[in-house]
Amino acid sequence: MNIQVELEETDNKLKGYIHGEIDAHTAPVLREKLEAYQNKDGVNAELDLSDVDYMDSTGLGVFVAFYKSVNAKGGHVKLTGLSSRLKRLFDITGLGDIMDIESVGKGGN
Amino acid sequence: MRPFDYVEMRVPAKSQYVGVARLTISGLASRIGFTFDDIEDLKIASSEAVTNAVQHAYTEGEEGEVVIGCALYGDKIEIMVADHGQSFDFEETKAKVGPYHDQEEGAFLREGGLGLYLIETLMDEVKVHHQEGVTVFMTKYVGGEQVEEDVETISS
Repeated sequence: MNIQVELEETDNKLKGYIHGEIDAHTAPVLREKLEAYQNKDGVNAELDLSDVDYMDSTGLGVFVAFYKSVNAKGGHVKLTGLSSRLKRLFDITGLGDIMDIESVGKGGN
Repeated sequence: MRPFDYVEMRVPAKSQYVGVARLTISGLASRIGFTFDDIEDLKIASSEAVTNAVQHAYTEGEEGEVVIGCALYGDKIEIMVADHGQSFDFEETKAKVGPYHDQEEGAFLREGGLGLYLIETLMDEVKVHHQEGVTVFMTKYVGGEQVEEDVETISS
């Protein structure tokens, strides 16, 4: 039950890699790390979730908050590498239509 | 003899126990033959319920406990999550849990927000009971909801 968050920023491009489980316990860690970047102007963020093997509404909440802040500052957030499970979570909550997400596609999960 | 096996967990109302409850329920669900996807749904739904209970118990300002009761049947799992520490009589509480009323649960819904929405989407039956705290009662059937089999298959 832990999480690893690696964020690297160069020229307003934020590359992120998240590994582990995002739940009520780990979401605050993720939120705190992302908050350091969300108030900058025009951040272009791409977060790789391919190694996130569990996520629930607490994780969705963190990504939505980050997305809103970044958007308000003229930036963009893209989530990549979503497993079919994660993709489904975004879809059933309707967030899949709002946010820029990219699933791993081919079968698998 | 009861028609089900009953497993109860009592955990401190702290977020680090949400994952413990989730993994335990995942283990129990795999014993009664749920598919991988159904188990993942159960993990999310139970985490949402336990997370709500942990946060609720927390805002009450008590060093509360959350009680999670799981009844395992041959074809379904019933999970009850209560944010008040007292252990409950599963059958008694189950009998008291009324139908789900949107209006009444308005406040809880807002509080639980997305979490409760996910519980309702991922489980087959959900009931919420207010008395000495909040109890969420949810059921998932092996192989999907017990709806009438669609006997009328496509006949050509």
